[in-house]
Amino acid sequence: MANLKTTEKKTKAQSMGMHTEILTGKTQQKFFNPDEAENFFYWGTYDVDFNKRTELDVKNMECKEANNKIDNLMSEGYGTIVIKNPQGKHSLGVGILNKLNLIFEGSLGYFGVGSIDGPIVRVNGRVGWSCAENMMAGKVVIEKNAGSCFGAAIRGGDLICKGSVGARTGIDQKGGTIIIGGDAGAFTGFMMQRGRIVILGDVGINLGDSMYDGTIYVGGKIGSFGSDAVESPMTKDDIDWLNRKLRVAEIGENFDVSKMTKVVAGKKLWNYDALEPTEKKGAI
Amino acid sequence: MCGIAGLIHRGKSSNVGEELQNMLQALKHRGPDSTGYALYANNDGKNFILRFKVGENVGEGSTSVNEDESVYNERKKTVDKKLSELGAPIIKEEKLTPYSYRYEIKYEKDLMEFSKAIESIESVEILSIGKSLELIKDLGDATAVSERYGLNKVQGTHGIGHARMATESGVDIKSAHPFWGYPFADVSVVHNGQLTNYWNNRRVLENKGMRFMSECDSELIAVFLAERMRNGATLEEGMKESLTGLDGVFTYFVATKDSLGMAKDTMAAKPLVLYESDDLVAMGSEEIAIRSILPQEIDTYDPFDGEVKVWQT
Repeated sequence: MANLKTTEKKTKAQSMGMHTEILTGKTQQKFFNPDEAENFFYWGTYDVDFNKRTELDVKNMECKEANNKIDNLMSEGYGTIVIKNPQGKHSLGVGILNKLNLIFEGSLGYFGVGSIDGPIVRVNGRVGWSCAENMMAGKVVIEKNAGSCFGAAIRGGDLICKGSVGARTGIDQKGGTIIIGGDAGAFTGFMMQRGRIVILGDVGINLGDSMYDGTIYVGGKIGSFGSDAVESPMTKDDIDWLNRKLRVAEIGENFDVSKMTKVVAGKKLWNYDALEPTEKKGAI
Repeated sequence: MCGIAGLIHRGKSSNVGEELQNMLQALKHRGPDSTGYALYANNDGKNFILRFKVGENVGEGSTSVNEDESVYNERKKTVDKKLSELGAPIIKEEKLTPYSYRYEIKYEKDLMEFSKAIESIESVEILSIGKSLELIKDLGDATAVSERYGLNKVQGTHGIGHARMATESGVDIKSAHPFWGYPFADVSVVHNGQLTNYWNNRRVLENKGMRFMSECDSELIAVFLAERMRNGATLEEGMKESLTGLDGVFTYFVATKDSLGMAKDTMAAKPLVLYESDDLVAMGSEEIAIRSILPQEIDTYDPFDGEVKVWQT
């Protein structure tokens, strides 16, 4: 049994209000015991080489066939896959639990790259509703606009849209970072629980409605605050983090983040911080 | 769930029948029960196009009562007689199916009185009246309905359409979209969503003399807008009023002789993807509808909550 100690030191993320739980290590002991490493199997993962590149034209494929082809290519060791002619098809690139460079030359429909854990995705077009829903880790960059429910319930990773997004961006977000280069619609951050949302443009009504925790930064006008969402002062840590994050995301060059509005939850739920740490994976 | 689609060519005509068919067929998975088209065709504009039905399609999936075709024929004769009494000569008549007709008529007087007279005949419903509006709706997917009515060669400037999944009312033509904006010529509406203050609004509007032909909540939008326009509001003003006057979740399109508009509720709960260029606007519940006519890479976006937009031909 691994000897994991209780971590009681206050981290920088905690001081920024990103999360407040104290990691006890109990969950790591239970689920990630190094002594049992040889028995640990993550279904659907492959050893891939980023320098091994191929193209896949999905013009005449249904989404299931296209996703199976992507899986087959990963099993053959391809680490960079370029998808041609996605043409707004739904549910492309979902369920990838692997390191992978995945490039879509065109637009995706609903539920694009949902439930992923690890890949780096670039969409050279637009995405429909619920892009990257339930993402655990990785990076997704959308070059144009996105539909509603962008990044719904993501638990980790970076999700970036260089254009504008629809309503309910980051609904039920449990971790990770969502960055929007343009405007965002109503109910952004609805029932948000962890993580950060950064919007460089304007945002619609009911921002952060019923949020439990997490932080939202807005560069433009705010339609209205939702229930439980309140403004909080920007700190130096916020500014440093935003500058670094925008630079890494290659978005918002020369944007003055110090003038952004910071929005956090105005309430505290009893026993919320007693959750097991795995419930908060990727929040940091 | 339902799927809606619409397009408008600015400054030119196109084969809008085929284009809308492709868009609606791409949305078939959102609504397989019935499909409807409101096409704004290049008619000569001299006469009114009257589309009406004398019964229901009782094919597979229908919830309508089966009636003998002779009953339909009798109702059609009664319609002809009424038209004669109203002083509306029939210039041309086409029997499209056993239960639906397309007439070209001459008529100069009040359309509300005209409509009341025709619809006083049992089970007769005017689907549309207009100088350019051709409103067709029936059971089946977009291709089936288009083939049944020969729509894929219709040339025009714009159109809206609907693929319906029946939820709160029956699988029948009367509940299918689009809805005509009674009593206004050339006004049609399609809707995706649910309206929660349907009965309250219906009671108020009926007391004002407006008519409902179905129990489909979407019909309320057409009647709501028609009532506002009847009282002097412009189409866009009526649409903006609908954002607060209608409760529920909705995205709807409305079309007139020379314009196409969209409205989205204040929670943006129903989807809409929009493509806009100098000579074409195309929109639908899903991007694949737009891709069915514009396969090349284009810029599209989701209109925001509470947005109302109107485009002219």
